Amino acid sequence: MEKRVVFRSAWLPFVLVAPQLAITVVFFFWPASQAIWYSFQLQDAFGLRSQFVGLQNFYTLFKDPNYLLSFRTTAVFSVAVAGIGIALSLLLAVMADRVVRGAMAYKTLLIWPYAVAAAVAGVLYAFMFAPSIGIVTFMLRQFGVHWNWVIDGNQAMLLVIMAAVWNQISYNFLFFLAGLQSIPKSLIEAAAIDGAGPGRRFWSIIFPLLSPTAFFLLVVNVVYAFFGTFGIIDAITQGGPAQSTTILVYKVYHDGVKAADLGGSSAQSVILMAIVIALTVVQFRYIERRVQY
Amino acid sequence: MKVRLLAAAAMVAGAFALPAHAQVEVQWWHSMGGALGEALNGLADQFNAEQKEYKVVTSYKGSYPESMTAAIAAFRAGQAPHILQVFEVGTATMMSARGAVKPVYQLMKETGEPFDPKAYLPTVTGYYSDTKGNMLSLPFNSSTALFYIDRNKFKAAGLPPVAPKTWKELIATAEKLKAAGQDCVYTTGWPSWVHIENFSAWHNVPIGTKQNGMGGLDARFTINSPTHVKHVQMLSDMAKKGLFTYAGRTNQADAKFQSGECAMATISAGALGGTIKAGKTDWQLNMLPYHDDVKGAPQNSIIGGASLWVMSGRKAEEYKGVARFFTFLSRPEVQMEWHTKTGYVPITLAAYELTKKSGFYDKNPGRDMAVLQLTNKAPTANSKGLRFGNFVQGRTIIEEELEAAFAGKKAAKAALDDAVKRGNELLRQFEAANK
Repeated sequence: MEKRVVFRSAWLPFVLVAPQLAITVVFFFWPASQAIWYSFQLQDAFGLRSQFVGLQNFYTLFKDPNYLLSFRTTAVFSVAVAGIGIALSLLLAVMADRVVRGAMAYKTLLIWPYAVAAAVAGVLYAFMFAPSIGIVTFMLRQFGVHWNWVIDGNQAMLLVIMAAVWNQISYNFLFFLAGLQSIPKSLIEAAAIDGAGPGRRFWSIIFPLLSPTAFFLLVVNVVYAFFGTFGIIDAITQGGPAQSTTILVYKVYHDGVKAADLGGSSAQSVILMAIVIALTVVQFRYIERRVQY
Repeated sequence: MKVRLLAAAAMVAGAFALPAHAQVEVQWWHSMGGALGEALNGLADQFNAEQKEYKVVTSYKGSYPESMTAAIAAFRAGQAPHILQVFEVGTATMMSARGAVKPVYQLMKETGEPFDPKAYLPTVTGYYSDTKGNMLSLPFNSSTALFYIDRNKFKAAGLPPVAPKTWKELIATAEKLKAAGQDCVYTTGWPSWVHIENFSAWHNVPIGTKQNGMGGLDARFTINSPTHVKHVQMLSDMAKKGLFTYAGRTNQADAKFQSGECAMATISAGALGGTIKAGKTDWQLNMLPYHDDVKGAPQNSIIGGASLWVMSGRKAEEYKGVARFFTFLSRPEVQMEWHTKTGYVPITLAAYELTKKSGFYDKNPGRDMAVLQLTNKAPTANSKGLRFGNFVQGRTIIEEELEAAFAGKKAAKAALDDAVKRGNELLRQFEAANK
């Protein structure tokens, strides 16, 4: 079954993988090892003086209750973004798959938001929901909702989740739609003839067949929520108010780039790296088993 | 063949042309966007037109933290600019970067340029000098927090259009405005800068030990004093009653006041230009309110804004150009132009006098309010300024805790205690990194 290519030459396979390896080493392993090295050091902003401090940067972090709080914030944010993002796009994909008239228009409109960069999406939402001039704020006021996420942490969280989900929905939608279209129609028709209703058809046939796609999207969305949403947060809340939206990666950026604390920031990125590695392992080990390819 | 000939000709021409205009270039990295950037480029152009030896080349590097980050990266790569505009909270970081910066007093001495630190406003000099009084960076754009009121709103509520002087009066006024249907009564920009940093100076209470950190790296924050707690608790109570609308950590409050949404605001003196341009308010500039039960209040406020730092490792002749340019920038007429164009305060006393003589303040009442407030009294150890390491993070911490208090999530005392605790940890870390 397995496809195998046998190279006669001893060096050709190495040459062929070399570019990819070089890219991986230069852009992944090298920076990662630098981060690990910096995480054991205390440095001034200009790199004039640095000293080896062992695990002190990590110790400082875990002693800080606000850093620990940031884990919870990240968990809430990631679960919400990945969960809502996947559920909503699945719903939209199923709907779009059924539509007969103007299907192209719906699909195009749904894919559109993906062309918007995260930072631009952030600014867009920040404007629409701006506490004093936002158009949505104005409408909410008509319904008696007091909307001021600049001071209300829960509203701020809701807003960044909305923006992050909106920005990612198209991507999920595309994959689900492709997945749906590759399901043989005969299977669904057979089930329908046997008397299965639309709900039953979805949960017993369509969803299991979509599970590889859903699993792939779960991994991608979690990584997105962890790293890709940083631009949205920076554009809308900058982690505020009172740290309600400071997710781990935003804190890495704030401490490292804005505040020039390389040691602390590197220690945080090492921790973040460990979390993402652990999460990916868990996903592949336990969730993948239940996925039917 | 032809191309090569041309190239050779160009090279010969270049070789002859070079000595004739051997202009020394001086790189200046800054963070002044929009109209401010135009005013800044105007200064450089004027200097370049006046003399032919040196050429100041400006480049906009984004926001303050962005240009500082860019300069740090450039320094690490050995490509730092000559002049870097650094915001006031970055002062301690720059000052501790021995070997990366060239103190201004030293630059002026080495290049033999005339330089008198006493010519500058004392509150401005204090912020950028070491404990011995040596000026380390050149003040450039300085502002302070002022109290703006919209007289239209006062009149609409049947109140005399007079600004409250104390916080007690402000609350009384706020209640009347609220009762008259004014939705946003009072707001503020830059919560830490206005309500902790300027508040402390204005009430002559310390922000930290060691003369607000100027006396050494082992300073500790003292912003959980009863005076601070009382003030923050008052703001939280106002927020609860709808008398104070929180706007955000930077200048979001400017728009809230300028658009006519809020009746009163404590925002930067630099917001005046935008207020005039928006033209939606009957604005009036006033000094910051104070608590009349605090002894010695009002003292003087402190500055915000940025100063110019000289980076090390450049050639002596280039430093000569930098020094010449700094002398140019300090000239009264140049300062007056910058002051009247941008709304930043004039940094020398001579420039202030010159502007006064020109009749600018008579035609534009209130434009001297920032200078008057900064020089209200001779600065004390508490009101000279502040210098805390890692203060970019430090300010974020203070703002986070203030937000927790304003949102009613924490009592003022608890929030400020936490700010002090978290802030002190940063200071210890900075101390260890800069031993």
